[in-house]
Amino acid sequence: MSAAAPVALAVMDDAGFVIGSYAVTAVALLALVVATLRRARRLAPLVRDEDKPWT
Amino acid sequence: MQSTGTGTTRGLGLLAIVALAWVVVGGLVATPRDVVQGESVRIMYVHVPTAWVAYLAFVVTAVASAGFLRGRSRSLGFDRVAGASAEVGVLFMGLTLVTGSLWGRLTWGEFWQWDPRLTTTAFLFVTYVGYLAVRGLDGAPEQRARRAAVVALLAVLEIPLVHFSVVLWRSLHQRASVLDPGGDVRMDGLMLFTLFVGVVAFTALYAWLVLHRSRVAALAELAGRGELARAVAARRAEAGA
Repeated sequence: MSAAAPVALAVMDDAGFVIGSYAVTAVALLALVVATLRRARRLAPLVRDEDKPWT
Repeated sequence: MQSTGTGTTRGLGLLAIVALAWVVVGGLVATPRDVVQGESVRIMYVHVPTAWVAYLAFVVTAVASAGFLRGRSRSLGFDRVAGASAEVGVLFMGLTLVTGSLWGRLTWGEFWQWDPRLTTTAFLFVTYVGYLAVRGLDGAPEQRARRAAVVALLAVLEIPLVHFSVVLWRSLHQRASVLDPGGDVRMDGLMLFTLFVGVVAFTALYAWLVLHRSRVAALAELAGRGELARAVAARRAEAGA
């Protein structure tokens, strides 16, 4: 392993698979969170506050 | 202008962020490697909670669907929760399959095996993708909601089959990791704590997502009604002029 490798990759066996599983999970969930908030912000101005049951 | 956030969602979001931070630190650094599985055990801290949340999401979809069918008013609020929960559940189930296949590559030397647990899980995933497709079919809102509710009540019956597949058939997949058949805990304390925090983190994130997404669905419906009302008023004004 090269000296420039991140610490986790240097000390952990199979780090690519382990960190990859965390990365895939983080990216997928973050994408859903961002898409949900963007859609909410786009639609919110089209509806009056008194028509939103959660307000 | 009020968006879809409330005090509850902000609290859930904060809880999810703090707990997820621990999952990363605990899962990748603080917990020890397993004597049998080695470093691949670290995948368990995301794999098990995502599977749990997927099951939870599909059960909530079924309960909300039953609520829609049973209620006299046939409230579309139940339908919106059912749809939002299924959408989030499908993502979590997909993540369960991906993280599981990464773990399988390290443990079995293969990304995929036609093993009872893997096959039934993939079948459950495809079933709920189909459920979402059914939700997208044409029809009046109540008609679409009724159709989807029936599918949801049938689809949820697959969950016990998936969960008990490792007991019912000979499976490569390990059985319960936390409790042995006698009910005794057989995990290191820090590993168990990190797994528990992972379950809390992903459950909080699931609840946050379902609340926001069901409110977004309500906004879309209300905005659509507003557009329709404006279009009708414009046509009437045109006809009167």
